[in-house]
Amino acid sequence: MPAFTQLADAELESIIAHIRSWPGQKPPKTAPQDRIAGYVAHGQTLYTRHCAACHGAHGEGGHGTGVTLSRPRSAPILAPALNNPGFLAAASDTLIKTTLLNGREGTPMRSFLKQGLKERDINDIVAYVRSFEQLSPPPGARVLESESPVLVRVSPYSVEETVEKVKTAVGAANMRLIRVQTLDQGFVADGKENHDQTIVYSCDFSFLNEALKVDPRVGLFLPCRVTVIRHAGKVQVMTINPKRLSRIFNNAELNDLCEQMYKVYVEILEESVL
Amino acid sequence: MNRLRMLVVFVLLGLGVSAAADELLMARITQPFPEAMNNLQETIRAKGYVVSRVQRVDVGLTSSGFQTAEYRLVFFGKQAEIRELSAAYPELIPYLPLTIVVFAEGDDTLVLATDPLKLGEFFNKPELLKRFGVWEKDVRAIFDDVSRIP
Repeated sequence: MPAFTQLADAELESIIAHIRSWPGQKPPKTAPQDRIAGYVAHGQTLYTRHCAACHGAHGEGGHGTGVTLSRPRSAPILAPALNNPGFLAAASDTLIKTTLLNGREGTPMRSFLKQGLKERDINDIVAYVRSFEQLSPPPGARVLESESPVLVRVSPYSVEETVEKVKTAVGAANMRLIRVQTLDQGFVADGKENHDQTIVYSCDFSFLNEALKVDPRVGLFLPCRVTVIRHAGKVQVMTINPKRLSRIFNNAELNDLCEQMYKVYVEILEESVL
Repeated sequence: MNRLRMLVVFVLLGLGVSAAADELLMARITQPFPEAMNNLQETIRAKGYVVSRVQRVDVGLTSSGFQTAEYRLVFFGKQAEIRELSAAYPELIPYLPLTIVVFAEGDDTLVLATDPLKLGEFFNKPELLKRFGVWEKDVRAIFDDVSRIP
């Protein structure tokens, strides 16, 4: 996707204003209708030879796909996932073919005609990409299924005892304890805090470093925190549910990390109430 | 302006692949990180919120041997809201207080937050949806204001 250097600032701002006007509107129900005929099997062979290096062997996209922020990357752009329901719904066959015919200026995507392919070869590749619709999405493109936004366990111990057990469990999970504070710390005067709502912050910096490289947005739910509360006479220990958050991020690369984090949180919670 | 062009490119690129554009509130501040951090906190306070803590994520990473750009988390909220919501909806506590991520990108600073309205998917109760709507407007206003500071 090249930069729109040919557009003036005012034109760019008009585009932004137009896009900003979309929230709240129903998305248009326009399915691509312009099917291009081609031989899928031959298209697969050509895809493997010419496309897979950037777009992934199964159309899962290049490393970093889904990242919408512009932290420094080794590549000028990220090759998008083609085997992705959103892409396939939005991209017509004509659009895909045009991209293959002409390439995309300012990106590693070169014209396939200039690489020696014929138009019928390009049709075959388009047919192969379109055939992704008939397949299950690759594991990385799935949305993790989970209902509850929080993970909760009831503790048989007091808040103070549970906090100590959480600290021990955090250490056992090879995470560094950062601090223990009440939810209202910073909002109320010192000495007035409600200790029935205590948060244990911790971090696995190796994991954090890996996650931030994939997507700097994960910082929204960092550092790792386990909350211990007393409510209605019961002591509960709870965390966010990382599986549920994978939907917010909509970055398939974060799915594995969310799964890992989910397991770590469950271990800590269960260790804390043993 | 090149950076804005790139941002437009990323937005447009994302439109074909993702429906998640509204799930993230984001702004670019054309100020170096220290000035942007100060202005952000002042803007948050000007909207009637308390900044309860600033977490220096990059320091922990650096001390653990990783290289990273400047990266902070700003926690903020209103005392009465935190008290009332956490008492009535304890399951909301892991998502409180509100958080803004701030990180440096060259000479600019990026700020981002999850759209508070998205919490409505998790906690779908009328009184909460109303509160999430207020937060969403406030976070957008904070981002608008801080990005306009010359």
